[in-house]
Amino acid sequence: MRLKKNIATSDEGFIFNPGTGDSFSTNEIGTEIISLLKENKPQEIIIETICAKYDVDQNQFEKDLDDYLSQLKDYTILE
Amino acid sequence: MGKIRYERPIIQRMNTGFMNKFGTRTEFEPVTNIEGVSVKSLINQYGSPLFVISEKQIRRNYQNATRIFKTRYPKIQFAWSYKTNYMNAVCQVFHQEGAWAEVVSGFEYEKALGNRVPGNKIIFNGPDKTDEQLIAAARNNSLIHIDHYDELYSLIRLSEENNLRPRVAVRVNMDTGIYPKWDRFGFNFENGQAWNAITRIINSENLELVGLHCHIGTFMLSPLAYATATSKLCELTWSIKEKFNKTLQYLDLGGGFPSMNTLKGAYLPGSDTVPSIDQFADAITDVILGYGFKQGDLPLLILESGRALIDDAGYLLGTVIATKRLSDGRRATILDFGVNTLFTSFWYDHKVSPVESFGKHTEEMVLYGPLCMNIDIVRESITMPLLEKGNHLVVHKVGAYNMSQWMQFITLRPNIVLIDNENNTHVIRKAETLEYLELNEQVPEHLKQNSLK
Ligand SMILES: Cc1ncc(COP(=O)(O)O)c(C=O)c1O
Repeated sequence: MRLKKNIATSDEGFIFNPGTGDSFSTNEIGTEIISLLKENKPQEIIIETICAKYDVDQNQFEKDLDDYLSQLKDYTILE
Repeated sequence: MGKIRYERPIIQRMNTGFMNKFGTRTEFEPVTNIEGVSVKSLINQYGSPLFVISEKQIRRNYQNATRIFKTRYPKIQFAWSYKTNYMNAVCQVFHQEGAWAEVVSGFEYEKALGNRVPGNKIIFNGPDKTDEQLIAAARNNSLIHIDHYDELYSLIRLSEENNLRPRVAVRVNMDTGIYPKWDRFGFNFENGQAWNAITRIINSENLELVGLHCHIGTFMLSPLAYATATSKLCELTWSIKEKFNKTLQYLDLGGGFPSMNTLKGAYLPGSDTVPSIDQFADAITDVILGYGFKQGDLPLLILESGRALIDDAGYLLGTVIATKRLSDGRRATILDFGVNTLFTSFWYDHKVSPVESFGKHTEEMVLYGPLCMNIDIVRESITMPLLEKGNHLVVHKVGAYNMSQWMQFITLRPNIVLIDNENNTHVIRKAETLEYLELNEQVPEHLKQNSLK
Protein backbone atom coordinates (compact mmCIF):
# COMPACT_ATOMS: atom_id res chain seq x y z
CA MET A 1 0.00 0.00 0.00
CA ARG A 2 1.84 3.03 -1.23
CA LEU A 3 1.17 6.29 -2.92
CA LYS A 4 1.64 6.20 -6.69
CA LYS A 5 4.95 7.75 -7.67
CA ASN A 6 3.72 10.57 -9.82
CA ILE A 7 0.92 11.87 -7.52
CA ALA A 8 1.35 15.57 -6.77
CA THR A 9 0.28 16.85 -3.35
CA SER A 10 0.33 20.19 -1.55
CA ASP A 11 0.28 21.17 2.11
CA GLU A 12 -3.11 22.78 1.54
CA GLY A 13 -4.68 19.42 0.78
CA PHE A 14 -4.61 19.59 -2.99
CA ILE A 15 -3.96 16.28 -4.78
CA PHE A 16 -3.40 15.84 -8.51
CA ASN A 17 -3.27 12.55 -10.34
CA PRO A 18 -1.51 13.16 -13.67
CA GLY A 19 -2.35 9.62 -14.78
CA THR A 20 -6.09 10.38 -14.87
CA GLY A 21 -6.11 14.18 -14.87
CA ASP A 22 -8.28 14.22 -11.72
CA SER A 23 -7.76 16.67 -8.90
CA PHE A 24 -8.92 16.15 -5.35
CA SER A 25 -9.08 18.01 -2.12
CA THR A 26 -8.57 16.52 1.31
CA ASN A 27 -8.79 17.91 4.84
CA GLU A 28 -5.97 18.47 7.37
CA ILE A 29 -5.94 14.93 8.68
CA GLY A 30 -6.09 13.63 5.12
CA THR A 31 -3.08 15.77 4.22
CA GLU A 32 -1.14 14.34 7.17
CA ILE A 33 -2.03 10.78 6.23
CA ILE A 34 -0.95 11.40 2.64
CA SER A 35 2.41 12.78 3.72
CA LEU A 36 2.94 9.78 6.03
CA LEU A 37 2.07 7.51 3.10
CA LYS A 38 4.60 9.40 0.99
CA GLU A 39 7.24 8.54 3.57
CA ASN A 40 6.17 4.90 3.21
CA LYS A 41 5.11 4.72 6.86
CA PRO A 42 3.20 1.52 7.72
CA GLN A 43 -0.42 1.71 8.81
CA GLU A 44 0.40 1.12 12.51
CA ILE A 45 2.64 4.16 12.53
CA ILE A 46 0.00 6.28 10.85
CA ILE A 47 -2.52 5.22 13.48
CA GLU A 48 -0.08 5.86 16.29
CA THR A 49 0.89 9.27 14.96
CA ILE A 50 -2.64 10.51 14.37
CA CYS A 51 -4.05 9.15 17.64
CA ALA A 52 -1.23 10.79 19.59
CA LYS A 53 -1.99 14.15 18.05
CA TYR A 54 -5.78 14.21 17.70
CA ASP A 55 -8.52 13.66 20.19
CA VAL A 56 -9.83 10.38 18.79
CA ASP A 57 -10.42 6.88 19.96
CA GLN A 58 -8.14 4.39 18.21
CA ASN A 59 -10.96 2.09 17.04
CA GLN A 60 -12.78 5.01 15.59
CA PHE A 61 -9.70 6.18 13.71
CA GLU A 62 -8.92 2.71 12.38
CA LYS A 63 -12.39 2.54 10.91
CA ASP A 64 -12.08 6.00 9.37
CA LEU A 65 -8.60 5.24 8.03
CA ASP A 66 -9.83 2.05 6.34
CA ASP A 67 -12.54 4.02 4.67
CA TYR A 68 -10.11 6.74 3.61
CA LEU A 69 -7.60 4.30 2.17
CA SER A 70 -10.28 2.47 0.25
CA GLN A 71 -11.28 5.76 -1.33
CA LEU A 72 -7.67 6.52 -2.25
CA LYS A 73 -7.63 3.14 -3.96
CA ASP A 74 -10.87 3.86 -5.78
CA TYR A 75 -9.40 7.10 -7.04
CA THR A 76 -6.23 5.20 -8.08
CA ILE A 77 -4.07 7.37 -5.86
CA LEU A 78 -2.81 4.32 -3.99
CA GLU A 79 -1.34 1.44 -5.85
CA MET B 1 -3.54 16.86 27.27
CA GLY B 2 -4.21 19.44 24.58
CA LYS B 3 -5.03 17.13 21.71
CA ILE B 4 -6.33 18.65 18.49
CA ARG B 5 -10.00 18.30 17.70
CA TYR B 6 -10.58 15.32 15.43
CA GLU B 7 -12.35 15.33 12.10
CA ARG B 8 -12.32 12.17 10.06
CA PRO B 9 -10.15 12.19 6.91
CA ILE B 10 -12.04 12.83 3.70
CA ILE B 11 -11.11 13.18 0.10
CA GLN B 12 -13.33 14.60 -2.61
CA ARG B 13 -12.95 14.94 -6.30
CA MET B 14 -12.84 18.61 -7.20
CA ASN B 15 -15.84 20.18 -8.96
CA THR B 16 -18.20 17.72 -7.37
CA GLY B 17 -19.93 17.97 -4.08
CA PHE B 18 -18.23 21.22 -3.15
CA MET B 19 -21.30 23.35 -3.10
CA ASN B 20 -24.80 22.09 -3.17
CA LYS B 21 -26.75 23.28 -6.17
CA PHE B 22 -28.04 26.34 -4.37
CA GLY B 23 -24.61 27.39 -3.19
CA THR B 24 -25.85 27.92 0.34
CA ARG B 25 -24.21 26.86 3.55
CA THR B 26 -27.26 27.31 5.69
CA GLU B 27 -27.84 23.58 6.02
CA PHE B 28 -24.50 23.18 7.77
CA GLU B 29 -24.94 25.87 10.35
CA PRO B 30 -25.42 24.15 13.66
CA VAL B 31 -28.79 24.53 15.36
CA THR B 32 -27.97 24.39 19.05
CA ASN B 33 -31.31 25.43 20.49
CA ILE B 34 -35.00 25.68 19.72
CA GLU B 35 -36.81 28.71 21.17
CA GLY B 36 -33.90 29.15 23.55
CA VAL B 37 -33.95 25.56 24.83
CA SER B 38 -30.75 23.60 24.16
CA VAL B 39 -31.16 20.71 21.76
CA LYS B 40 -28.66 18.62 23.72
CA SER B 41 -30.55 19.13 26.95
CA LEU B 42 -33.81 18.18 25.23
CA ILE B 43 -32.29 14.93 23.99
CA ASN B 44 -30.68 14.23 27.36
CA GLN B 45 -33.94 14.70 29.14
CA TYR B 46 -36.45 13.23 26.70
CA GLY B 47 -34.44 10.85 24.53
CA SER B 48 -33.76 10.55 20.84
CA PRO B 49 -35.54 10.71 18.46
CA LEU B 50 -37.80 13.44 19.79
CA PHE B 51 -40.48 15.64 18.30
CA VAL B 52 -40.46 19.21 19.57
CA ILE B 53 -43.26 21.72 19.03
CA SER B 54 -43.02 25.44 19.63
CA GLU B 55 -46.25 26.82 21.07
CA LYS B 56 -44.99 30.32 20.36
CA GLN B 57 -44.53 29.56 16.68
CA ILE B 58 -48.04 28.10 16.35
CA ARG B 59 -49.49 31.25 17.90
CA ARG B 60 -47.33 33.49 15.71
CA ASN B 61 -48.48 31.62 12.60
CA TYR B 62 -52.12 31.75 13.61
CA GLN B 63 -52.06 35.42 14.51
CA ASN B 64 -50.21 36.25 11.34
CA ALA B 65 -52.65 34.39 9.08
CA THR B 66 -55.64 35.90 10.90
CA ARG B 67 -54.22 39.40 10.59
CA ILE B 68 -53.55 38.89 6.87
CA PHE B 69 -57.15 37.85 6.21
CA LYS B 70 -58.82 40.24 8.67
CA THR B 71 -57.12 43.26 7.13
CA ARG B 72 -58.69 42.28 3.80
CA TYR B 73 -62.11 40.92 4.71
CA PRO B 74 -64.46 41.61 7.62
CA LYS B 75 -65.67 38.11 8.51
CA ILE B 76 -62.97 35.46 8.94
CA GLN B 77 -62.98 32.16 10.82
CA PHE B 78 -60.23 29.53 10.89
CA ALA B 79 -61.06 25.90 11.71
CA TRP B 80 -58.15 23.69 12.79
CA SER B 81 -57.71 20.71 10.49
CA TYR B 82 -57.42 17.93 13.08
CA LYS B 83 -55.76 15.40 10.82
CA THR B 84 -52.83 17.76 10.25
CA ASN B 85 -51.85 17.39 13.90
CA TYR B 86 -54.34 16.15 16.43
CA MET B 87 -52.26 16.14 19.57
CA ASN B 88 -54.78 17.58 22.05
CA ALA B 89 -52.27 20.13 23.34
CA VAL B 90 -51.75 21.38 19.79
CA CYS B 91 -55.49 21.53 19.09
CA GLN B 92 -55.98 23.51 22.29
CA VAL B 93 -53.41 26.09 21.27
CA PHE B 94 -55.45 26.65 18.11
CA HIS B 95 -58.75 26.67 20.00
CA GLN B 96 -57.34 29.17 22.54
CA GLU B 97 -56.45 31.37 19.58
CA GLY B 98 -60.06 31.12 18.40
CA ALA B 99 -59.98 28.35 15.80
CA TRP B 100 -62.97 26.06 15.40
CA ALA B 101 -62.40 22.35 14.72
CA GLU B 102 -62.44 20.70 11.29
CA VAL B 103 -62.69 16.91 11.50
CA VAL B 104 -62.97 14.09 8.97
CA SER B 105 -63.88 11.06 11.07
CA GLY B 106 -65.95 10.01 14.03
CA PHE B 107 -62.86 9.63 16.17
CA GLU B 108 -61.65 13.14 15.30
CA TYR B 109 -65.15 14.44 16.00
CA GLU B 110 -65.05 12.93 19.49
CA LYS B 111 -61.59 14.35 20.02
CA ALA B 112 -62.93 17.84 19.24
CA LEU B 113 -65.78 17.35 21.73
CA GLY B 114 -63.22 16.09 24.25
CA ASN B 115 -61.30 19.32 23.70
CA ARG B 116 -64.52 21.10 24.65
CA VAL B 117 -65.15 22.66 21.28
CA PRO B 118 -68.85 23.58 21.22
CA GLY B 119 -70.77 21.38 18.79
CA ASN B 120 -71.75 24.31 16.59
CA LYS B 121 -68.07 25.12 16.07
CA ILE B 122 -67.17 21.71 14.68
CA ILE B 123 -67.08 21.21 10.93
CA PHE B 124 -67.62 17.58 10.00
CA ASN B 125 -66.02 16.84 6.61
CA GLY B 126 -65.14 13.68 4.75
CA PRO B 127 -66.81 10.83 2.89
CA ASP B 128 -67.18 8.50 5.88
CA LYS B 129 -69.80 9.46 8.47
CA THR B 130 -71.92 6.71 9.99
CA ASP B 131 -75.62 7.14 10.75
CA GLU B 132 -74.83 7.39 14.47
CA GLN B 133 -72.22 10.04 13.82
CA LEU B 134 -74.55 12.02 11.57
CA ILE B 135 -77.28 11.95 14.23
CA ALA B 136 -74.86 13.03 16.95
CA ALA B 137 -73.48 15.84 14.79
CA ALA B 138 -76.99 17.02 13.96
CA ARG B 139 -78.00 16.97 17.63
CA ASN B 140 -74.88 18.98 18.49
CA ASN B 141 -75.75 21.53 15.83
CA SER B 142 -72.41 20.90 14.07
CA LEU B 143 -71.75 21.89 10.48
CA ILE B 144 -72.11 18.78 8.36
CA HIS B 145 -70.40 19.04 5.00
CA ILE B 146 -72.05 16.59 2.66
CA ASP B 147 -69.73 14.62 0.41
CA HIS B 148 -72.00 12.42 -1.75
CA TYR B 149 -75.61 11.59 -2.57
CA ASP B 150 -75.66 8.52 -0.35
CA GLU B 151 -74.81 10.75 2.58
CA LEU B 152 -77.31 13.38 1.51
CA TYR B 153 -80.16 10.86 1.37
CA SER B 154 -79.11 9.19 4.61
CA LEU B 155 -79.16 12.54 6.32
CA ILE B 156 -82.60 13.39 4.94
CA ARG B 157 -83.94 10.05 6.16
CA LEU B 158 -82.26 10.30 9.58
CA SER B 159 -83.54 13.83 10.07
CA GLU B 160 -87.10 12.76 9.35
CA GLU B 161 -86.88 9.69 11.56
CA ASN B 162 -85.31 11.58 14.45
CA ASN B 163 -86.96 14.93 13.98
CA LEU B 164 -83.67 16.76 13.44
CA ARG B 165 -82.79 19.87 11.50
CA PRO B 166 -79.09 19.60 10.71
CA ARG B 167 -77.10 22.55 9.43
CA VAL B 168 -75.32 21.43 6.29
CA ALA B 169 -73.02 22.64 3.54
CA VAL B 170 -72.28 21.08 0.19
CA ARG B 171 -68.73 20.14 -0.62
CA VAL B 172 -68.08 21.26 -4.17
CA ASN B 173 -65.30 20.02 -6.45
CA MET B 174 -64.36 21.84 -9.58
CA ASP B 175 -61.85 22.58 -12.27
CA THR B 176 -59.50 25.25 -10.94
CA GLY B 177 -56.94 24.79 -13.67
CA ILE B 178 -54.91 22.52 -11.42
CA TYR B 179 -53.81 19.06 -12.47
CA PRO B 180 -54.63 16.49 -11.19
CA LYS B 181 -58.18 17.64 -10.55
CA TRP B 182 -59.51 16.72 -7.13
CA ASP B 183 -62.94 15.47 -8.14
CA ARG B 184 -63.40 12.58 -5.76
CA PHE B 185 -64.71 14.62 -2.84
CA GLY B 186 -68.04 16.35 -2.97
CA PHE B 187 -70.26 17.28 -5.89
CA ASN B 188 -68.96 18.58 -9.20
CA PHE B 189 -69.54 22.18 -10.17
CA GLU B 190 -69.11 22.00 -13.93
CA ASN B 191 -71.50 19.13 -14.62
CA GLY B 192 -74.30 20.55 -12.49
CA GLN B 193 -74.11 17.95 -9.72
CA ALA B 194 -73.41 20.59 -7.07
CA TRP B 195 -76.43 22.62 -8.12
CA ASN B 196 -78.62 19.50 -8.04
CA ALA B 197 -77.46 18.69 -4.52
CA ILE B 198 -78.11 22.27 -3.42
CA THR B 199 -81.62 22.17 -4.91
CA ARG B 200 -82.33 18.84 -3.25
CA ILE B 201 -81.28 20.20 0.14
CA ILE B 202 -83.25 23.41 -0.16
CA ASN B 203 -86.33 21.44 -1.17
CA SER B 204 -86.00 19.09 1.76
CA GLU B 205 -87.92 20.11 4.83
CA ASN B 206 -85.37 19.03 7.34
CA LEU B 207 -81.96 20.14 6.14
CA GLU B 208 -80.82 23.72 6.53
CA LEU B 209 -78.28 24.78 3.92
CA VAL B 210 -75.92 27.21 5.61
CA GLY B 211 -72.78 27.20 3.48
CA LEU B 212 -70.65 25.87 0.68
CA HIS B 213 -67.32 24.13 1.03
CA CYS B 214 -64.38 23.22 -1.16
CA HIS B 215 -60.84 22.02 -0.57
CA ILE B 216 -59.14 22.17 -3.93
CA GLY B 217 -55.91 20.39 -3.10
CA THR B 218 -52.98 20.45 -0.76
CA PHE B 219 -49.62 22.23 -0.96
CA MET B 220 -51.17 24.43 -3.66
CA LEU B 221 -48.71 26.76 -5.31
CA SER B 222 -51.23 28.79 -7.29
CA PRO B 223 -53.20 31.68 -5.74
CA LEU B 224 -55.07 31.87 -9.04
CA ALA B 225 -56.64 28.46 -8.39
CA TYR B 226 -58.15 29.89 -5.19
CA ALA B 227 -59.51 32.87 -7.09
CA THR B 228 -61.19 30.45 -9.53
CA ALA B 229 -62.60 28.32 -6.71
CA THR B 230 -63.88 31.37 -4.84
CA SER B 231 -65.52 32.67 -7.96
CA LYS B 232 -67.35 29.38 -8.55
CA LEU B 233 -68.59 29.24 -4.94
CA CYS B 234 -69.72 32.88 -5.22
CA GLU B 235 -71.60 32.04 -8.41
CA LEU B 236 -73.49 29.26 -6.59
CA THR B 237 -74.15 31.56 -3.62
CA TRP B 238 -75.51 34.22 -5.94
CA SER B 239 -77.78 31.76 -7.76
CA ILE B 240 -79.12 30.42 -4.46
CA LYS B 241 -80.05 33.96 -3.46
CA GLU B 242 -81.67 34.66 -6.84
CA LYS B 243 -83.59 31.40 -7.25
CA PHE B 244 -84.52 30.66 -3.66
CA ASN B 245 -84.10 34.04 -1.96
CA LYS B 246 -81.79 32.33 0.49
CA THR B 247 -78.65 33.96 1.92
CA LEU B 248 -75.85 31.56 2.76
CA GLN B 249 -73.98 32.14 6.00
CA TYR B 250 -70.52 31.06 4.91
CA LEU B 251 -68.09 29.99 2.24
CA ASP B 252 -65.45 27.52 3.39
CA LEU B 253 -62.41 27.56 1.10
CA GLY B 254 -60.76 24.61 2.86
CA GLY B 255 -57.01 24.37 3.37
CA GLY B 256 -54.15 23.70 1.02
CA PHE B 257 -51.84 26.68 1.46
CA PRO B 258 -48.27 25.38 1.24
CA SER B 259 -45.71 25.46 4.01
CA MET B 260 -42.13 26.53 3.33
CA ASN B 261 -40.97 22.95 2.84
CA THR B 262 -39.27 21.82 -0.37
CA LEU B 263 -41.25 19.27 -2.35
CA LYS B 264 -39.25 16.30 -3.62
CA GLY B 265 -37.95 16.92 -7.09
CA ALA B 266 -38.33 20.70 -6.81
CA TYR B 267 -35.23 22.47 -8.04
CA LEU B 268 -35.46 25.44 -5.72
CA PRO B 269 -36.10 25.38 -1.98
CA GLY B 270 -39.69 26.02 -0.87
CA SER B 271 -38.70 29.25 0.86
CA ASP B 272 -37.84 30.70 -2.59
CA THR B 273 -40.85 29.46 -4.52
CA VAL B 274 -43.86 29.21 -2.23
CA PRO B 275 -46.38 32.10 -2.52
CA SER B 276 -47.07 33.96 0.73
CA ILE B 277 -50.37 33.72 2.58
CA ASP B 278 -50.94 37.36 1.56
CA GLN B 279 -51.11 36.31 -2.07
CA PHE B 280 -53.70 33.62 -1.36
CA ALA B 281 -55.66 36.06 0.82
CA ASP B 282 -55.66 38.65 -1.97
CA ALA B 283 -56.84 36.07 -4.50
CA ILE B 284 -59.75 34.88 -2.33
CA THR B 285 -60.96 38.15 -0.80
CA ASP B 286 -60.68 40.21 -4.01
CA VAL B 287 -63.12 37.83 -5.66
CA ILE B 288 -65.68 37.83 -2.83
CA LEU B 289 -65.53 41.59 -2.31
CA GLY B 290 -65.74 42.19 -6.04
CA TYR B 291 -68.71 39.88 -6.54
CA GLY B 292 -71.33 42.45 -5.66
CA PHE B 293 -72.85 40.95 -2.50
CA LYS B 294 -74.74 43.44 -0.35
CA GLN B 295 -72.84 44.32 2.82
CA GLY B 296 -75.25 42.35 5.00
CA ASP B 297 -75.08 39.34 2.68
CA LEU B 298 -71.28 39.02 2.74
CA PRO B 299 -70.62 35.42 3.76
CA LEU B 300 -68.34 34.44 6.62
CA LEU B 301 -65.08 33.18 5.10
CA ILE B 302 -63.92 29.95 6.73
CA LEU B 303 -60.42 28.58 6.18
CA GLU B 304 -59.19 25.11 7.16
CA SER B 305 -55.49 25.73 6.73
CA GLY B 306 -53.39 22.90 8.16
CA ARG B 307 -49.77 22.60 7.15
CA ALA B 308 -49.22 26.33 6.59
CA LEU B 309 -50.06 27.00 10.25
CA ILE B 310 -47.98 24.33 11.93
CA ASP B 311 -45.23 22.88 9.77
CA ASP B 312 -42.54 25.30 10.90
CA ALA B 313 -43.54 24.94 14.57
CA GLY B 314 -42.39 21.30 14.60
CA TYR B 315 -38.88 19.83 14.78
CA LEU B 316 -37.58 16.29 14.90
CA LEU B 317 -34.35 15.74 16.83
CA GLY B 318 -32.34 12.62 16.17
CA THR B 319 -28.98 10.92 16.45
CA VAL B 320 -26.51 9.35 14.03
CA ILE B 321 -26.35 5.58 14.59
CA ALA B 322 -23.58 4.83 12.09
CA THR B 323 -21.91 6.01 8.92
CA LYS B 324 -20.80 3.78 6.08
CA ARG B 325 -19.74 3.86 2.49
CA LEU B 326 -21.93 2.37 -0.23
CA SER B 327 -20.59 0.22 -3.04
CA ASP B 328 -20.67 3.15 -5.45
CA GLY B 329 -18.53 5.26 -3.11
CA ARG B 330 -21.34 7.42 -1.73
CA ARG B 331 -21.43 8.01 1.98
CA ALA B 332 -24.44 6.83 3.93
CA THR B 333 -25.50 8.04 7.34
CA ILE B 334 -27.92 5.96 9.37
CA LEU B 335 -30.20 7.84 11.75
CA ASP B 336 -32.33 6.73 14.66
CA PHE B 337 -35.52 7.86 12.93
CA GLY B 338 -36.86 6.86 9.54
CA VAL B 339 -39.93 7.13 7.35
CA ASN B 340 -41.98 5.45 10.07
CA THR B 341 -41.45 8.44 12.36
CA LEU B 342 -40.92 11.13 9.73
CA PHE B 343 -43.70 10.20 7.34
CA THR B 344 -43.37 13.45 5.40
CA SER B 345 -39.95 12.44 4.11
CA PHE B 346 -41.97 10.65 1.42
CA TRP B 347 -43.02 14.10 0.12
CA TYR B 348 -40.38 16.58 1.16
CA ASP B 349 -36.65 17.08 1.00
CA HIS B 350 -36.62 18.19 4.61
CA LYS B 351 -33.98 20.62 5.75
CA VAL B 352 -31.66 18.88 8.21
CA SER B 353 -29.15 20.74 10.38
CA PRO B 354 -26.30 19.48 12.52
CA VAL B 355 -26.30 20.29 16.21
CA GLU B 356 -22.55 20.17 16.83
CA SER B 357 -20.20 22.55 15.02
CA PHE B 358 -17.88 21.12 12.40
CA GLY B 359 -14.93 22.20 10.27
CA LYS B 360 -15.43 23.59 6.82
CA HIS B 361 -15.47 20.25 5.03
CA THR B 362 -18.71 18.73 3.89
CA GLU B 363 -19.72 15.71 1.89
CA GLU B 364 -22.70 14.52 -0.02
CA MET B 365 -24.53 11.62 1.57
CA VAL B 366 -27.71 9.59 1.79
CA LEU B 367 -29.63 9.79 5.06
CA TYR B 368 -31.15 6.44 5.97
CA GLY B 369 -33.51 5.58 8.77
CA PRO B 370 -33.00 2.63 11.13
CA LEU B 371 -35.59 0.33 9.59
CA CYS B 372 -34.43 -2.84 7.99
CA MET B 373 -36.34 -1.84 4.87
CA ASN B 374 -35.16 -0.52 1.55
CA ILE B 375 -37.74 2.28 1.43
CA ASP B 376 -36.38 3.88 4.58
CA ILE B 377 -34.70 6.95 3.12
CA VAL B 378 -34.93 10.31 4.86
CA ARG B 379 -32.92 12.24 2.23
CA GLU B 380 -31.64 10.75 -1.01
CA SER B 381 -28.87 13.27 -1.31
CA ILE B 382 -27.82 15.96 1.10
CA THR B 383 -24.60 17.82 1.72
CA MET B 384 -23.67 17.76 5.38
CA PRO B 385 -20.57 18.12 7.55
CA LEU B 386 -18.54 15.03 8.44
CA LEU B 387 -21.07 13.36 10.70
CA GLU B 388 -20.06 10.63 13.13
CA LYS B 389 -21.89 8.12 15.25
CA GLY B 390 -23.45 9.95 18.18
CA ASN B 391 -23.83 13.34 16.47
CA HIS B 392 -27.25 14.93 16.70
CA LEU B 393 -29.42 16.39 13.97
CA VAL B 394 -32.44 18.68 13.76
CA VAL B 395 -35.04 18.18 11.03
CA HIS B 396 -37.04 21.33 10.34
CA LYS B 397 -40.69 21.97 9.49
CA VAL B 398 -42.17 18.66 10.55
CA GLY B 399 -45.23 19.95 12.45
CA ALA B 400 -47.81 18.85 9.85
CA TYR B 401 -48.93 15.29 9.08
CA ASN B 402 -46.20 13.53 11.05
CA MET B 403 -47.69 13.27 14.53
CA SER B 404 -50.90 11.96 12.97
CA GLN B 405 -49.65 9.95 9.99
CA TRP B 406 -46.58 8.37 11.58
CA MET B 407 -46.47 4.61 11.59
CA GLN B 408 -45.84 2.32 14.48
CA PHE B 409 -43.58 0.06 12.50
CA ILE B 410 -40.42 -1.70 13.75
CA THR B 411 -39.70 1.00 16.33
CA LEU B 412 -41.90 2.67 18.93
CA ARG B 413 -43.04 6.23 18.48
CA PRO B 414 -41.04 8.76 20.49
CA ASN B 415 -41.91 11.49 22.98
CA ILE B 416 -43.43 14.74 21.76
CA VAL B 417 -42.43 17.78 23.76
CA LEU B 418 -44.06 21.20 23.62
CA ILE B 419 -42.02 24.30 24.43
CA ASP B 420 -44.49 26.79 25.89
CA ASN B 421 -44.52 30.58 25.68
CA GLU B 422 -42.21 30.84 28.69
CA ASN B 423 -39.85 28.25 27.20
CA ASN B 424 -40.87 25.55 29.69
CA THR B 425 -40.99 22.07 28.25
CA HIS B 426 -43.92 19.64 28.57
CA VAL B 427 -44.27 16.09 27.29
CA ILE B 428 -47.56 16.16 25.34
CA ARG B 429 -47.39 12.56 24.19
CA LYS B 430 -45.32 9.97 25.98
CA ALA B 431 -43.04 7.64 24.05
CA GLU B 432 -44.76 4.37 23.35
CA THR B 433 -43.87 1.24 25.29
CA LEU B 434 -44.27 -2.43 24.46
CA GLU B 435 -46.95 -2.59 27.12
CA TYR B 436 -48.92 0.23 25.46
CA LEU B 437 -48.57 -1.45 22.10
CA GLU B 438 -49.82 -4.81 23.32
CA LEU B 439 -52.66 -3.36 25.34
CA ASN B 440 -55.26 -4.38 22.78
CA GLU B 441 -53.67 -7.66 21.72
CA GLN B 442 -55.24 -10.92 22.80
CA VAL B 443 -53.57 -14.29 22.50
CA PRO B 444 -55.88 -17.34 22.39
CA GLU B 445 -55.31 -19.81 25.23
CA HIS B 446 -53.77 -22.49 22.98
CA LEU B 447 -51.16 -20.06 21.69
CA LYS B 448 -49.89 -18.90 25.04
CA GLN B 449 -47.09 -21.48 25.25
CA ASN B 450 -44.49 -23.02 23.02
CA SER B 451 -41.97 -25.75 23.61
CA LEU B 452 -38.83 -23.99 22.46
CA LYS B 453 -36.04 -24.35 24.98
C1 LIG C 1 -61.20 19.00 3.98
C2 LIG C 1 -59.83 19.41 4.33
N1 LIG C 1 -59.62 20.61 4.91
C3 LIG C 1 -58.38 21.02 5.27
C4 LIG C 1 -57.26 20.24 5.05
C5 LIG C 1 -55.91 20.76 5.44
O1 LIG C 1 -55.08 20.87 4.32
P1 LIG C 1 -53.68 21.62 4.35
O2 LIG C 1 -52.85 21.01 5.43
O3 LIG C 1 -53.13 21.36 2.99
O4 LIG C 1 -53.94 23.07 4.60
C6 LIG C 1 -57.44 18.98 4.44
C7 LIG C 1 -56.26 18.12 4.18
O5 LIG C 1 -56.13 17.44 3.20
C8 LIG C 1 -58.74 18.57 4.07
O6 LIG C 1 -58.96 17.37 3.48
